[in-house]
Amino acid sequence: MNAAVRTDAPRQGASLGTSSTERAVGLERPIEDSRQLDTRHGVILYLEDITVSFDGFKAINHLNLAIDRGELRAIIGPNGAGKTTMMDVITGKTRPTAGRAFFGQTIDLARLNEAQIAHAGIGRKFQKPTVFEELTVFENLELAMKTDKRVWASLFFRLTGEARARIEARLELIGLKEHAQRAAGLLSHGQKQWLEIGMLLMQEPQLLLLDEPAAGMTDEETERSGELFLTLAGEYTLVVVEHDMDFIKQISAGRRVTCLHEGSVLAEGSLEQVQNNERVIEVYLGR
Amino acid sequence: MTSLLARLQTAALVLALGLCGSATLARPAPELVLQLATGDNDARIAALGTLAASADPDALPLLEALRDDALKSRGGNQAVIYDGETARDAITGKPLVPVPDDLEDVMTNNRVTVALDAAFAAFDLAAPERATRLAAVRTLQESGDPALLPLLDKALATEKDPQVIDLLRVAQAGARLHHPDRATRLAAIETLGGSGAPGARAQLGSLLEKNGASFVEADAAVREAARKAISHIDTWLEIGEIAGGLFTGVSLASILLLAALGLAITYGLMGVINMAHGELIMIGAYATFLVQNLLRTHAPGLFEFYPLFAIPVAFLVSALVGATMERLVIRHLYGRPLETLLATWGISLVLIQGVRSLFGAQNVMVENPAWLSGGVQVMSNLILPWNRLAIIAFAILVVMGMSLILTRTRLGLFVRAVTQNRQMAGCVGVATPRVDTLAFALGSGVAGLAGCALAQVGNVGPDLGQSYIIDSFMVVVLGGVGQLAGTVYAALGLGVFNKLLEGVAGAVLAKITVLVLIIVFIQKRPQGLFAVKGRFADN
Amino acid sequence: MNKTLTARLFGPKAWAALLVFAAVTLVMVPVLNLAVPADSAFHLSTYWVTLIGKIMCYAIVALAMDLVWGYTGILSLGHGIFFALGGYGMGMYLMRAIGREGNYQSDLPDFMVFLNWKTLPWYWQGTEHFLWALALVVLVPGLLAFVFGYFAFRSRIKGVYFSIITQALTYAAMLLFFRNETGFGGNNGFTDFKRILGFAITAPETRVVLFGLTATALMGALLLGRFIVTSKLGRVLAAIRDAESRVMFSGYNPLPYKLFIWTLSAVLCAIAGALYVPQVGIINPGEMSPANSIEIAIWTAVGGRGTLIGPLIGAGLINGVKSWFTVAFPEYWLYFLGLIFILVTLWLPRGVVGQLQSWFSKKEKRA
Repeated sequence: MNAAVRTDAPRQGASLGTSSTERAVGLERPIEDSRQLDTRHGVILYLEDITVSFDGFKAINHLNLAIDRGELRAIIGPNGAGKTTMMDVITGKTRPTAGRAFFGQTIDLARLNEAQIAHAGIGRKFQKPTVFEELTVFENLELAMKTDKRVWASLFFRLTGEARARIEARLELIGLKEHAQRAAGLLSHGQKQWLEIGMLLMQEPQLLLLDEPAAGMTDEETERSGELFLTLAGEYTLVVVEHDMDFIKQISAGRRVTCLHEGSVLAEGSLEQVQNNERVIEVYLGR
Repeated sequence: MTSLLARLQTAALVLALGLCGSATLARPAPELVLQLATGDNDARIAALGTLAASADPDALPLLEALRDDALKSRGGNQAVIYDGETARDAITGKPLVPVPDDLEDVMTNNRVTVALDAAFAAFDLAAPERATRLAAVRTLQESGDPALLPLLDKALATEKDPQVIDLLRVAQAGARLHHPDRATRLAAIETLGGSGAPGARAQLGSLLEKNGASFVEADAAVREAARKAISHIDTWLEIGEIAGGLFTGVSLASILLLAALGLAITYGLMGVINMAHGELIMIGAYATFLVQNLLRTHAPGLFEFYPLFAIPVAFLVSALVGATMERLVIRHLYGRPLETLLATWGISLVLIQGVRSLFGAQNVMVENPAWLSGGVQVMSNLILPWNRLAIIAFAILVVMGMSLILTRTRLGLFVRAVTQNRQMAGCVGVATPRVDTLAFALGSGVAGLAGCALAQVGNVGPDLGQSYIIDSFMVVVLGGVGQLAGTVYAALGLGVFNKLLEGVAGAVLAKITVLVLIIVFIQKRPQGLFAVKGRFADN
Repeated sequence: MNKTLTARLFGPKAWAALLVFAAVTLVMVPVLNLAVPADSAFHLSTYWVTLIGKIMCYAIVALAMDLVWGYTGILSLGHGIFFALGGYGMGMYLMRAIGREGNYQSDLPDFMVFLNWKTLPWYWQGTEHFLWALALVVLVPGLLAFVFGYFAFRSRIKGVYFSIITQALTYAAMLLFFRNETGFGGNNGFTDFKRILGFAITAPETRVVLFGLTATALMGALLLGRFIVTSKLGRVLAAIRDAESRVMFSGYNPLPYKLFIWTLSAVLCAIAGALYVPQVGIINPGEMSPANSIEIAIWTAVGGRGTLIGPLIGAGLINGVKSWFTVAFPEYWLYFLGLIFILVTLWLPRGVVGQLQSWFSKKEKRA
């Protein structure tokens, strides 16, 4: 099953498990220093032998994956390959049945809930754009902005001039400046995609997970978002799940691409390597 | 203790009287008649015992007179039968004209009434109808009066029906408990022990009581046998009680199941929160009421079978109301569950008030037909009422019917297709709006069936539905949405658990406990007993 | 849109309206009721003072409902339990304040004497102190809401599931309070109050004071609600309503947010209940019936969800009509209420205020 081109995953798993021991059940717990992202060894996301099964069906089957800091990794794979479930595992929506997931060297993702994971620095864009439809575009970005996100802090929150400037800058970047005071629900599908990307950036995450970000965008918009991702890579780490092969080509030149199939890594390497892999061809073109 | 003494005295008296009177008894002996009318209650009971033992048909009018309060005493020395218009001497039969104005009522007490029942029963032992004989022997069983022995022997000699024979034997054994012969007593004890009846337990217990310093039963070995027989009976009574608890639990479960099945379709499969579901049940019950009345007035010959007519009518009426609701209101609210909830609550209010305006706020009478009343006696303390048994069977049939409809018919296929993927079903040519209406009508119709069944065991009033709505939602939620099997298990579990808890905590606390437990349970397993897991589970 | 809505609701005109309301309820009503002679055309009878006071209590409840349903998307069908618990808390004090003037002239409330109880149950201890009763009014429903909410929200129960469970909760509580042994007067609940803090409870002056307190509480609740929904917390709540998973992946834990607004809403209901009981003079388990709780939702829906002011109007409209209907055509009230439920959800989903709002904004666009 996993006989594909594999990354030489750093073998340091044994030392990883001991560091973060606090449990993720508290109502309101500030993110403590021990949860600070530690990427001294260059790896920002490390999935080790993850399995997720739903009533016997294995959506993810012994998946191993390592993402380096600053990387832009494209992930492809046919429907049902486990791409979305993998993102669910990383963001805490689904708990793995077996295996471990680490953010940096010290943050055990299995111990955190969704909000804590987001706070630790992982941002996620959904397959279907999800924005707060009843709020204005500005308010959407304001809510996403990195800040103290506990109840009392929110109740007495006042927008500073500096924060306002940051939001304005993002509005510019995602091209929604003139829509700032419109309800997000009134935006077009593509605009919602942009807004969601803008919200992700407001979170100032270390790692961005993007689930089919180009879906519903015009060709021009797709190309623009590709360019945006390329400029973001390096400063941020991006994992992009996409079906659009042109888009993949645009963003993955000279980078690593991973192909998932039936819940595990089928092939990994440069786009050409993956595209020419016999097993990948077999999976995509049918048997 | 005292009652026992009284009984012994009575027995002695009856024996004495019986001996002196038996030779010439062509009609009730005059002294017995006088004793009935003018004696004290003990004397009356004694006289009744004699009359019962004689089983003399001529005594029947006299007994009936006593029962109907027509037997009067005149001056303490004449027995008179006065039927409200004419009076005659109870012994000679001679009319008394004019009606004397010094007639005194015979004041009877409960013990006399019991003895009177026993006397009637003695006559009924020879009745041609099996049911009458059965009832008679059941009445006599508890008396344990040795004077009845000849009568019982006679009945045993002619009786052919095995069940009546069994009961006669028990009655005979009860009457033989104080027989002078030790072996006979032992045999009687064994028979009583084997009968497992609560009445037999009391009779056996009387042997162990002390009469002054000595036991009623002098023989220690016989007492020991009685003790064993009692514990044997106790075991059976306990088993009967547990079985009874389980049965009422299953019966409640069948009712919950019927009430919830419709919801399993409309809520479980279609996702429509129909707060008027209870009112659809109520409408089914009223439809049953109407069918009953129609048949009673227009086709009395068919009245016995009115439930069979009511079943399709209740189904159709509720289905029609449901389909109308779906077309007029619910259709416009798909995808907005909270609004659906409020709108259907509004519908329920209108329906309740509508029924109130049409039929009045009072409960209406729905009778069981004869074949649904009464019950089958499985054990001495366990009677399974026919109507409850019928509802259990009915619930099983409805579940089977529904799963057949859902899995084997085109409608079922369409319903499942539409509920799983509406757009795709529409794309392949399923008329989704029509399927919605039909599916909702089906769920509503099943609610009507529930109403038809509920009318056989509970009150039928405008508020009937309100008392079932929360319970049925709990069943569906507990069972897991979209799972027919889950609904069945949840209903069974809830019904039995609720009834068992009732035995410990009482009805209200049991109900509260069950509600709280469901709330706690759902915290643990929000998807219900039978969770649908996976990526789409929470969307 | 939301912004303009909130802005309009709390613009200068709204502040003026609030001032007028304060003047009417705190000055005019007392004057018209107490100072104007009974035979004058301007006299406001005590009947009206009580009725309006009662409706203002309902308005607080509707506002509390709006905070959880309109703004956070959590439809509670069990808010009656918090209202009733607040009422019972106040009722306990009022029962104790009767002292020995009850039918049995006992230190114990009449129903306890009737049940042959010799001592007060432990949970009645201290209820003769007004302040402790007030603490109970807030703490018991608040704690219940907190614990229930914590478990429900933690297991991510939402939507209709949550609604049905809250309905079961209030239903179970109603059954519990119907029992005599529970110690709250069973079916009959508490009634025949004599005085509050030493003042005769039926005296017009006491009623006017209670009326003023209710009006003040209503205004306070409105201002508190305004503060919350215009804060960033209010926007997080709206975000939870629209896309809870996005909220989580944006780094907010929805649990404390929901719990905060849910508990606050329950406490507001309880305060309304505590103000209601001395004015109406009775509290019984009927207040916990599921039908009562679901009616609260329709007040909010009629006025307009997510508008704060709408629910107040809705509560006033429905209850005003109700008090007229149930006298004039009692048998038609349920038809009317039922139709309101249906028609509002079908044709007026944004409620009266929401509808007016969109008319106004259309007009503005045209102009």
